[in-house]
Amino acid sequence: MHLSILLPAVVNGVLTGALYALIALGLTLVYGVLHIINFAHGALLTAALFAAFFMHKTLGVDPYLAVLVLTPAFFVFGYGLQRFVIGPASHGNDGNILLVTLGLAVIIENALLFAFRGDTRTIDVAYGFSVVAVGGMFISVPRLIGFGGAIVVALLLWLLLGWTDTGKAIRAAAKEKLGAQLCGVDVAHIYAVTFGLGTACVAIAACLLIPTYYVNPHVGNAFVLIAFTTVVLGGMGSIPGALLGGLFVGVVESLCGLYLGESLGQIGIFLMFILVLLFRPSGLLGERA
Amino acid sequence: MNDRILAVEGVSKRFGGLQAVRDASLTVDAGRITAVIGPNGAGKTTLFALISGFQTPTGGRIVYNGADVTGMPAHRLAMRGMARTFQIVQPFAGLNVLENIAVGAHLRIAGRAAALAAAGEIASLVGLEHVLQQSAATLTVAGRKRLELARALATSPKLLLLDEVLAGLNPSEIRDMVPIIRAIRERGVTVMMIEHVMQAVMSLAEHIYVLVEGHVIAQGPPAAIVADPRVIEAYLGAGAAARLAGGTHGR
Amino acid sequence: MNGSGFFSILAAVAALACIPLVIDSNVVLNFLVTALLLTLAGQGWNILGGYGGQYSFGHAAFFGTGAYATAILQTRYGLNAWPAFAAGIAAGAGAGAAIGALTFRSGLRGSYFALVTLAFAEVLRIIASVAPITGAGVGTLIKLDVGPRALQFASRASFYWLILALVAIALVVTRLIAQSRFGAQLVAVRENEDAARALGVDATRVKLGAITVSAAMAAAAGCFYAQYFLFIDAPIAYGPWISVEALLAPIIGGVGTVFGPLLGALLIKTLGEAAKLVTGDAPGLDLVVYGVVLIVVVAFAPRGLAGVVAGFRAWLPPPRKPGAGVHPA
Repeated sequence: MHLSILLPAVVNGVLTGALYALIALGLTLVYGVLHIINFAHGALLTAALFAAFFMHKTLGVDPYLAVLVLTPAFFVFGYGLQRFVIGPASHGNDGNILLVTLGLAVIIENALLFAFRGDTRTIDVAYGFSVVAVGGMFISVPRLIGFGGAIVVALLLWLLLGWTDTGKAIRAAAKEKLGAQLCGVDVAHIYAVTFGLGTACVAIAACLLIPTYYVNPHVGNAFVLIAFTTVVLGGMGSIPGALLGGLFVGVVESLCGLYLGESLGQIGIFLMFILVLLFRPSGLLGERA
Repeated sequence: MNDRILAVEGVSKRFGGLQAVRDASLTVDAGRITAVIGPNGAGKTTLFALISGFQTPTGGRIVYNGADVTGMPAHRLAMRGMARTFQIVQPFAGLNVLENIAVGAHLRIAGRAAALAAAGEIASLVGLEHVLQQSAATLTVAGRKRLELARALATSPKLLLLDEVLAGLNPSEIRDMVPIIRAIRERGVTVMMIEHVMQAVMSLAEHIYVLVEGHVIAQGPPAAIVADPRVIEAYLGAGAAARLAGGTHGR
Repeated sequence: MNGSGFFSILAAVAALACIPLVIDSNVVLNFLVTALLLTLAGQGWNILGGYGGQYSFGHAAFFGTGAYATAILQTRYGLNAWPAFAAGIAAGAGAGAAIGALTFRSGLRGSYFALVTLAFAEVLRIIASVAPITGAGVGTLIKLDVGPRALQFASRASFYWLILALVAIALVVTRLIAQSRFGAQLVAVRENEDAARALGVDATRVKLGAITVSAAMAAAAGCFYAQYFLFIDAPIAYGPWISVEALLAPIIGGVGTVFGPLLGALLIKTLGEAAKLVTGDAPGLDLVVYGVVLIVVVAFAPRGLAGVVAGFRAWLPPPRKPGAGVHPA
């Protein structure tokens, strides 16, 4: 396979992978702090995509501007979900949390299906197809912006967790919930804030995705497993792991698509996911499962 | 009987940077009650985990009934007659007392009715016969300890490892448990116990091993262990033995 | 617990068997057939998830394998429908054993187990959507050949009795397991795997047995689906809908009980029909309702309908003397 075909595939994989990483960031944050696997993550992404789509279609707002509105909106939505639904309903039982997040996923995805039917939609923005020439390749501008956005968000999250009081409270609650409570941390609030942050990440990812991607109620399903693969590969609870994992998954998918054909591209990811779970569930950089 | 039912030979266990058990050796004679004591964090529970197949030693070997069982998984050791209880009790919370014990009985008994009957008899041995239908989750600490004991007994073990079975009990509950443990030995079961409750250790154990920082520092009958200066220092700090000896004379 | 003896099973099955003799409506029979289909799949999930405590999010893997096996053996290899049905169940059980062997030996539990089963189902769905043998995107159509020889019946009642027979077998198998040494060990593993191992239970082997039986039941449901609807494709066979419904039925009806999946399936399907009545045939609303019910059940009635019934029974005795403690059910 010639380098001129291989290299763009790798670059494409990296660009896509950055967005996978951004989606996975929210998931790994929620796992690292609340120690729950949020099965509703993909459905939240779908909801955010729909929101971005309708903001463009009915209000004419460009996705890169919509992100300023949707991010806080989805933060609040995520906060509310954890504080008022997931937390209370599961009574702290792990098996229940699993089921509640699954229930939420089913509700959100099918509510969207019911409200907007199953048709696939895309948006038309002026820069949707712009490319920039780098080296000998043409790289899609919106995807490059997506890449940059993902890096920026990861950095902001890292700063937030490391340097702000809220971030410290989050890290404390993640490490030792009871101890954090004894120090005056309102753990229910912190958990909800974390979940809100994870949902906000997903909203940003949606706005960055939508110029080049499509929207339908089942999109979330496709992304759920990819996000999980990314998180498991990079290590549950590790932010740099989610970044690296995302890039790796993106490249693998791109190469698999190249060699096996488009429709089988995702199989490479899932098989990798199964193998990692079976043999090294702690991932490349994460805590022991 | 003086057959050696268990021989732990130079066993070590390392967790990353932590050496939990360091070249520990001990032997247990059949039909006797042997105790393992030592300050907190000495590695006693890890030693039990190694012996009972919940952890694999990083060095040394374990010989049970003449066979090398190093690294054998817990359920196979149980089939060979080695049973254990847990320091933090682990009842089957969704089941009642009888059903809990029956799980142990099922190791040897295939039929459900027969297993439940055997479980009922074992329950009487430990004094749980009045709460057979009660959910295990609602038992008191003392009840749970007895349940732990009954479940392990139901597997018809030859060697019973008791991990701090008296922890968390008040003095009268301890006084009630000691004869139960003695009765187990009378039935021909060899008992090896980790224990902190000294009055029970002194009255029950025929042979004691003292574990400090993962290593066996002393062994012998209770009277000898109590007077051993190394043991006193392990619990009370360096120089304590001399201070105690000097203080007694000074009165 | 006493309520689910063999006599109760006999009584329930007999009562259900009489329904086609009094009700002539195809609509009602179709509703009951789909409810019993779900019961069978849910009963399978219940063995692994309810009794075994291992929550699978990918039971579609077994359902779909049974469905495709039976369909492909008939359409591409000309095998008679009846041995094809049996082969489908065997294929599903084999898939269960394979997935179980891989995951349980690695010690995967809890959320990780749920994730990996989800992944397996998805992998199968993708493969089925492109592989030539399954007809890829077009799916597999079983040729219409009405007659008992081809396991296709003219009357809906005959299909109903077939699925009822399968459900009856599943109920009996569940009861036998619940009252056996295997069942006691399975439940012990669910409650506390380490304690079970200390009592001589080979946890891996027990879980493997559970997933194989569980997969066989789900596969049987898949085989029946193929015979009843005569068409399957990748999203039907391996899609999330069946994974979700197969776990919903036992959870709503009562995990770890013999009749839980039946109660849950009837409730789910009734809710689904009610939702359709309100909104016409718009897709999605029934699943929204299911999701809400799932959360409500988890939050307020974790032992499901069976637990609610048992709770009512506990309220019935006369009030005790003041000061006496309340014993939990």
